[in-house]
Amino acid sequence: MATRIDRRMAKLKTEGRPALVTYFMGGDPDYDTSLSIMKALPGAGSDIIELGMPFSDPMADGPAIQAAGLRALKGGQTLVKTLKMASEFRTGDDETPIVLMGYYNPIYIYGVDRFLKDAIASGIDGLIVVDLPPEMDEELCIPALKAGINFIRLATPTTDDKRLPKVLQNTSGFVYYVSMTGITGSALADTGKVAAAVKRIKGHTDLPVCVGFGVKTAEQARVIGANADGVVVGTAIVNAVANVLGPKGEKTADPAEAVATLVSGLAQGVRSARLAAAE
Amino acid sequence: MNKPATPNSFRTGPDEQGMFGIFGGRFVAETLMPLILDLERHWNEVKNDADFRAELTDLSTHYAGRPSKLYFAEGLTKHLGGAKVYFKREDLNHTGSHKINNCLGQILLAKRMGKKRIIAETGAGQHGVASATVAARFGFPCVVYMGATDVARQSPNVFRMKLLGAEVRPVTAGHGTLKDAMNEALRDWVTNVEDTYYLIGTAAGPHPYPELVRDFQSVIGIEARAQILEREGRLPDTIIAAVGGGSNAIGLFHPFLDDKEVRIIGIEAGGRGLDGIEHCASMNAGKPGVLHGNRTYLLQNADGQIMDGHSISAGLDYPGVGPEHSWLRDSGRVEYVPILDDEALEAFKLTTRVEGIIPALESAHAIAHAVKIVPAMDKDQIVIVNLSGRGDKDVHTVASMLGMEI
Repeated sequence: MATRIDRRMAKLKTEGRPALVTYFMGGDPDYDTSLSIMKALPGAGSDIIELGMPFSDPMADGPAIQAAGLRALKGGQTLVKTLKMASEFRTGDDETPIVLMGYYNPIYIYGVDRFLKDAIASGIDGLIVVDLPPEMDEELCIPALKAGINFIRLATPTTDDKRLPKVLQNTSGFVYYVSMTGITGSALADTGKVAAAVKRIKGHTDLPVCVGFGVKTAEQARVIGANADGVVVGTAIVNAVANVLGPKGEKTADPAEAVATLVSGLAQGVRSARLAAAE
Repeated sequence: MNKPATPNSFRTGPDEQGMFGIFGGRFVAETLMPLILDLERHWNEVKNDADFRAELTDLSTHYAGRPSKLYFAEGLTKHLGGAKVYFKREDLNHTGSHKINNCLGQILLAKRMGKKRIIAETGAGQHGVASATVAARFGFPCVVYMGATDVARQSPNVFRMKLLGAEVRPVTAGHGTLKDAMNEALRDWVTNVEDTYYLIGTAAGPHPYPELVRDFQSVIGIEARAQILEREGRLPDTIIAAVGGGSNAIGLFHPFLDDKEVRIIGIEAGGRGLDGIEHCASMNAGKPGVLHGNRTYLLQNADGQIMDGHSISAGLDYPGVGPEHSWLRDSGRVEYVPILDDEALEAFKLTTRVEGIIPALESAHAIAHAVKIVPAMDKDQIVIVNLSGRGDKDVHTVASMLGMEI
């Protein structure tokens, strides 16, 4: 069963360019603003949307995404509202894939079966759950695959060739390669090493490989996209929102516009990526 | 919550996946997974290795001062007028608490694994001090993450860590307590995967930590069991320990779990009462969830967001608990009851006055429950309370609670 992610990746392959995968925090700084950001993403050049589910204890995230999550929670965001946001987005866009990204506890508390049912009804295509390694596949991964939702796994520099098959086994949609050992928002790793890692993973799977963690600029997106099937940008987008918020959280400019401007630039980066590769 | 079937033994967990029933597990980012598997491999190698055990026993004896005494608390016994009260004197260990037991075991493991750098989280500072101590003893650089609130209320321990050569990094996220320190330590670990050993201070976190910390702390219960048999010729009627993450408690409890006649009681921080949110009684007022690598009882809201608890005692100020305790709770083998800040404070004052022992505020919670139940027990009955640490670190907190300046 092909999902929106599969269809989008196949289409981009025929276009000969990598995907721009954009992460933003659902509910940051409030529901309505966040929905307007989400709606602006496809037009600005985002190919796949990662919708962040805020969590009180995001142990793999750096200060920017930590702060975004706290703003969202303070603004009243819940998993119920994050799903509602996705379904509101779907009324105007039935093509752009939506991947929910976050931590397991809010899903566990919501109830896995109920969550999968509601996620499908809300037009969710995939899940990235940071704290569910393959050892915990029975929790959510297997039920999600049965329900027809892609479970996108993180592979990291510590995932060696011996372990890769285990990580890839129940992965679908795409593989998310974490470019370095560290938290979100850290400095980008050596791009040569990243390219070698992507090549290594591609030796084990036919799935598209997207690279994230540390990509902030159009130039970086271009360089990473030369070898990867997709480039994930998160912290830079979250920062674009933070930058137009005043000290009391008041908006000093339109966050959706700020994000769209940034994403347009990144989109140009990924669109010139294969030219870079051909040079 | 369905009650699990009563097993033949309560001492066989965890299973190969690191589960105690539905609790425990390995809920960590992929970056850390290979490290945790590597730790498990090394742990399985050393846990029955005679040389490793001999080295640990030697250090426990000559460096930490084990075995710790089982002391008949005559003053408290007379005062309460019921069962005989014994204290397991973990406060007499080197560094002043049970934390050294775990730190010595884990530093030897870190050394075997060829690690170059130690990180730790700390609440009250007891584990931070013990970590800084073993790092100094074995020549490791050491970074201790500590919530900013705890840095303020446990300043003597902060100074001790710095004297010992550790770097103390205050964490301002959240309420600046143990939960936030643990998040930050995990972020450090996920960044410095090559050379860093994460010395977790309690019997929680991803498998194999709950098991290995328990095993290093079980020396408490193994000694206490032998000591009471020698002294009284029989097992105690009741054993009591305070539970934050729960390492001193599981250390005392585990060797007694299959002694069906022994009543086992864990004490949670009731803070200002369980009707509000100012407590840390995760097993009495929380529900199962996933945090810091394991599934366990957690204080959380309806959306699965973790709450910041409250306790007068920094060492109990954690919204979760080790997964084995969650399992022991659901299986019914161990009772978990809350003690309020005020009750702990009264027990602190009482113990100081009638025993000449200043207990840690954590341990004072356990004593406070003994104060409640001992008077109604027979004089020939026996209660063992784990005196997990000494209270010197808490005198500033107590003074301010009593409205005194020092």
